[in-house]
Amino acid sequence: MSFTNEQLERYSRHIILQEIGARGQSKLLKARVLIIGAGGLGAPAALYLAAAGVGTIGLVDGDAVDLSNLQRQIIHSTRTIGQSKVESARQTLAALNPEVKVLTHQGLLKADNVLELFRDYDFIIDGTDNFPAKFLINDACVLTRKPFSHAGIIRFQGQLLTYVPGEGPCYRCVFENPPPPDAVPTCRQAGVVGAMGGVIGSLQAMEAIKYLVGVGRLLTGFLLTYDALAMEFRKIKLPRRKNCAVCGPEPTITEPFDHEPPAACEL
Amino acid sequence: MPDFIIDATVDITDVVCPVTFVKAKVALEELEPGRVLAIRLNDGEPVQNVPRSLKDEGHQVLKLAANGDGTYDLLVRKGAD
Repeated sequence: MSFTNEQLERYSRHIILQEIGARGQSKLLKARVLIIGAGGLGAPAALYLAAAGVGTIGLVDGDAVDLSNLQRQIIHSTRTIGQSKVESARQTLAALNPEVKVLTHQGLLKADNVLELFRDYDFIIDGTDNFPAKFLINDACVLTRKPFSHAGIIRFQGQLLTYVPGEGPCYRCVFENPPPPDAVPTCRQAGVVGAMGGVIGSLQAMEAIKYLVGVGRLLTGFLLTYDALAMEFRKIKLPRRKNCAVCGPEPTITEPFDHEPPAACEL
Repeated sequence: MPDFIIDATVDITDVVCPVTFVKAKVALEELEPGRVLAIRLNDGEPVQNVPRSLKDEGHQVLKLAANGDGTYDLLVRKGAD
């Protein structure tokens, strides 16, 4: 493909890189990434992917922007409080890079819409804050053979895992089932440092870019954990679970299903 | 410049650093190794930096000729990928 002078300038720092170049940038311009959750993780991921020129970015979120979001969800602003998060995010992305096509899906990800939503995308980013959604994303990605980046953040801690079909474990291999509701606090109850979303969400964007361009090694077969207080990253090698219910040889999960919804906020 | 067979040309006089180099690099990416690209570039910063940057990337600078109007023609043979 040929670039306009404006594109050459906008993406010059990518094109100069041997590992990306014009070919890699063309791949990004044609790529389609779906981000589930326009929150702490999805905000930086969406911003970096839009800045990188990812051609189509899909956003799924059912919430509206709340004042308490702004400590970490940097794609939204004081001006957009009360708007739907997907629309608030769309405006920010359009201002950053009008070349990017942003498709908004206002609503929750559910078993009855996940396959339709995922169908046209090359890579999925899990920026959700609850276990039912995380398992749903995993199962749908395994069943439809889509790569995705899992992440979670709470307090001063974060974790990351990349799934690529046929390479390494899926999220369910590592965490077999969701914990009982209320066994693990959500970040609403426990708190989270805003910059945690920046660290981990940016890593998710990086994994997507590497996958789409086809360079480097992905975080497949590993769980990366980040402890901000101790300033420690750990990369833990993880095997596939032989009898994994969704990615094993005899799966018992053959279509997406909804887990018990997260308990309502107790606070 | 008849000494070399020119396979493609690109004009980078309409952009400024660092896009000058980026535009030349993109034009080279579309060629096979061993092919020759003619680049029209401006005097000053482009003529000082672009040939050197292309050499650093493993391409061979064959010739640089002034056109007498403040522009130059630079011939570069694409290096191995």
